[in-house]
Amino acid sequence: MGPSGGGKSTLLRVVAGLETPDSGTVEIDGQDLTGIPARQRGIGFCFQHYAPFRHLTVRRNVAFGLEVRRRPKAEIREKVDELLELVRIAHLADRHPSELSGGQRQRMALARALAIEPKVLLLDEPFGALDAQVRQQLRVWLRELHEKISVTTVLVTHDQEEAMEVADRLAIINEGRLEQIGAPAEIYDKPDNEFVMKFLGPATELDGAWVRPHDLVIHNEKGIGGQGAWVERITHLGFEVRVDLKLDDGSSTWVQLSRGAAAELDSVPGDQVWVSRATPSKRQGALTQVVS
Amino acid sequence: MKSRWRLPLRIVALGYLALLVVIPVGSVFYRAFQHGFIAAWDAVTTPDAVHALWLTLLVVLIAVPLNTVFGVGVSLILARHRFRGAWLLDAFVDLPLAISPVVVGLALVLVYGKTGWFGNWLAAHGIEIIFSFPGIVMASATVALPYVVREVLPVLQEIGTDQEQAATTLGASSFTAFRRITLPSIRRSLAYGVTLTTARVLGEFGAVVVVSGAIAGRTQTLTLFIQDSIDNLNPVGAYAGAVILAIIALVVLTVLGADREGRKAKWRSRSDQSPSDSEMPLPSTTSVLMSPMDH
Repeated sequence: MGPSGGGKSTLLRVVAGLETPDSGTVEIDGQDLTGIPARQRGIGFCFQHYAPFRHLTVRRNVAFGLEVRRRPKAEIREKVDELLELVRIAHLADRHPSELSGGQRQRMALARALAIEPKVLLLDEPFGALDAQVRQQLRVWLRELHEKISVTTVLVTHDQEEAMEVADRLAIINEGRLEQIGAPAEIYDKPDNEFVMKFLGPATELDGAWVRPHDLVIHNEKGIGGQGAWVERITHLGFEVRVDLKLDDGSSTWVQLSRGAAAELDSVPGDQVWVSRATPSKRQGALTQVVS
Repeated sequence: MKSRWRLPLRIVALGYLALLVVIPVGSVFYRAFQHGFIAAWDAVTTPDAVHALWLTLLVVLIAVPLNTVFGVGVSLILARHRFRGAWLLDAFVDLPLAISPVVVGLALVLVYGKTGWFGNWLAAHGIEIIFSFPGIVMASATVALPYVVREVLPVLQEIGTDQEQAATTLGASSFTAFRRITLPSIRRSLAYGVTLTTARVLGEFGAVVVVSGAIAGRTQTLTLFIQDSIDNLNPVGAYAGAVILAIIALVVLTVLGADREGRKAKWRSRSDQSPSDSEMPLPSTTSVLMSPMDH
């Protein structure tokens, strides 16, 4: 994951053998593939715009990799039927790509890439060109499919939510550099730098350090401690409540509260409050609450 | 478009077509058969006429495949590679269209003629180009150079490299990717480019008259035969020759164009029923609805 133009797709294309790296090697399963041409790498690649073969039917699209490998006709037929069933477009087998919706084309491209039984599956912004609802459905479906076929999959996206939802491991890329790599929760909680912090979710500053707004707590009693601040604005955003604060030293920050916490606070703009970082135990509690 | 304009517009369009194409071509047909079918038949079955016909067909059979291979190759180079001087290559492809065919013919004579640059070397090796068959093929190929490129290049640029790269990751060699993915994608535009090339080669006069010497029964193509017939006060021969030329052109247009029309109709019906978020199929290339007689 990373912002547009950061080099995600280029890296993916290097892995697939569609681009040649200036330096470094591409290794899969301990095997150096750097000098191996794309067609011999056995890597499944799904292009951002699916790259359907427009003159071929869905069936022939999916069969392409097997036909090129000169597999027996019966075997190809069986395998293609199986794959079309798997991606749930068996009823569209004899159509042309122009007769499919975006989501259906996406699944056809996936079946086509899976037909060659790739060692690794590469997906370049697979949901980028789809509308929000279809994207959500396909994301869930892809996760399920992945559990079924268990092919190592590298997915490129600029969408934080999508990355957090589908990934076991997350790599953040920015301006051609790998910023951080790790489990999504780990990166979210312990970002290596300001960029990762800000890119992965909401961030605000307190005492000159970056912090997640939901990791801040507010009290309206002086005794508990924290930094003095005035409530500037309270915005209700459905599930969450955003409280903008002006600190004593003149700087601004904001806190993300649950509706319950906001009701408990019972403040209005202009009130004095005290803000501090949540202690880890408290945050753990909050997290469990959200998950349950 | 308001409906009251429809009728006048149609009349203008059809009238224009009638004045430029239908009436002149029709009168050629009329004049050819004015003295009966037998007279026309006799005029085009003289040994010189038959030879001219075969020579023309032979030139087409060699020059058109040459230009097709060259045209697709140049299109691939221009569409798929970035290099210095690409614009120059692009411009040179169009050059034969920009300069007069007579000048093209003269240029070939200057280079390959007896007193030309390669004249001595060619003569020493017994190769005859000017006033001979190879010269006619070269002149024809040169004037018809741009057509395939101009039809195929925009389509190649439009379809991009995604499909070819997808084929590569699926295990296809670059030749397989070309044959099974690229070629079917450019098929319609290629067919049209070949049609235009054929029409141009069939009808070429200016360049051929300069390089061939127009020797009857030896280096006289059909267009030269028509000119020769007019000069020798043999109008029936000229008109009948013109009719044959027109018939060949029509056959070429029908055979190569049939596929195009068929596929067009197929695409049209497809796009009607395609789901809302799908892309439109390939737009047809510069759909110049020209008849080969225009050249």
